[in-house]
Amino acid sequence: MNNKNSKPKLINDFLYGILRGNPVLVLMIGLCPVLAISTTIFNAIGMSIAFLFVLFFSNLFISMLRKFIPEQIRIPIFIIIISTFVTIIDYLIKALSPELQKQLGVFIPLIVVNCIIIGRAEAFAYRNSIISSVLDSFGTGIGFFIVLFLISFIREFLGRGTLFNHIIFKKPSLFMMLPPGGFITIGLLMGILTYFNLRKKYNKKKRSVNIEK
Amino acid sequence: MINNEMNPILIFISACLINNILLIKFIGLCSFFGLSTNIKNSVGMGIAVTFVTVISTIISWLIYHLLLVPLDLVFLRTGTFILTIAALVQLEEMFIKKYLPPLYRAMGIYLPLITTNCAILGATFLNIDYSLNLYKSIIHGIGIAVGYTLAIILFAGLRERIQTAPVPKSLKGYPIAFFLASLMSLAFLGFKGLFGI
Repeated sequence: MNNKNSKPKLINDFLYGILRGNPVLVLMIGLCPVLAISTTIFNAIGMSIAFLFVLFFSNLFISMLRKFIPEQIRIPIFIIIISTFVTIIDYLIKALSPELQKQLGVFIPLIVVNCIIIGRAEAFAYRNSIISSVLDSFGTGIGFFIVLFLISFIREFLGRGTLFNHIIFKKPSLFMMLPPGGFITIGLLMGILTYFNLRKKYNKKKRSVNIEK
Repeated sequence: MINNEMNPILIFISACLINNILLIKFIGLCSFFGLSTNIKNSVGMGIAVTFVTVISTIISWLIYHLLLVPLDLVFLRTGTFILTIAALVQLEEMFIKKYLPPLYRAMGIYLPLITTNCAILGATFLNIDYSLNLYKSIIHGIGIAVGYTLAIILFAGLRERIQTAPVPKSLKGYPIAFFLASLMSLAFLGFKGLFGI
């Protein structure tokens, strides 16, 4: 057994969301919060925690109840389950950190229509066991966090000249803090990712041609 | 920031151009990138979003102020709004299919997609957050919908042009679309300060 499928299924479930099925960079879903709140690392971490909380509990409950949810009305039931946890995290953040609530604003209630969460519920949690679903939610949550962290790191560093609110350099470029900076950053990240993928494919092709010779 | 004291025309302009929901506020981006590959699709999506936003703005305002606030159930806001919109979309689909077949052909397949469109839910939340009255909420909803339609149609036009342009191989497809969106967003930022808003 030397192919990729030799990994146990559970580890695969966990890794899928981080690498091959990264929700933001590969699947291109759930973009709204990624671009809107990635102006500082603090916001990015807060959003990721809220996101992981909702994803974890919605995946857990949906996979627990998957045998009782009738197929025809599954989407409204998913939405009710998701919106319950969105409301809980909304009020939790309001109580614990009003500052964060002010920064994230309308994007916390909007988690309820985040394509990633409904997508994972529909494509994974509804069809798989509880342990797999929980691992999948962690994998997807971490994949989401990595992208959000990268973007907010770049934007905070170039746009405010700070990292974790410590001043690194003066006279930063305001452009990166404004909405266009968000679009440019994610476009560049995707371009770099595509570049490396293309190069890997190209090298593989060249190698196989050499072997044939 | 929009508030209840503002002139309705200014609310409309602010929602449509200055605080454009897609390019400045970043709400509803999934459909913005997913459905803007040609102008025809984006026009259909624009009509459907406008239609649903206006109606759901009215219904959600009535539900919030006549039902949730008097009964002290404000915490149910998120769940009620999304279910209302989902039910509304279903109803509208049936209604349009029966009575307005040409419109149904124009926006038929986009209607189910709208249930999970952040722009509509975002519009209803913003109306509550800005504490607008019913009349101004409707104006604000129309402004958001027109802004959405404008941005998605313009963007689709740009993307149609870029398909024939010599783009570096690794930037083809989505990365270049993000660059385009960035330039458009920069252009919309230029509206800031218009009429002193």
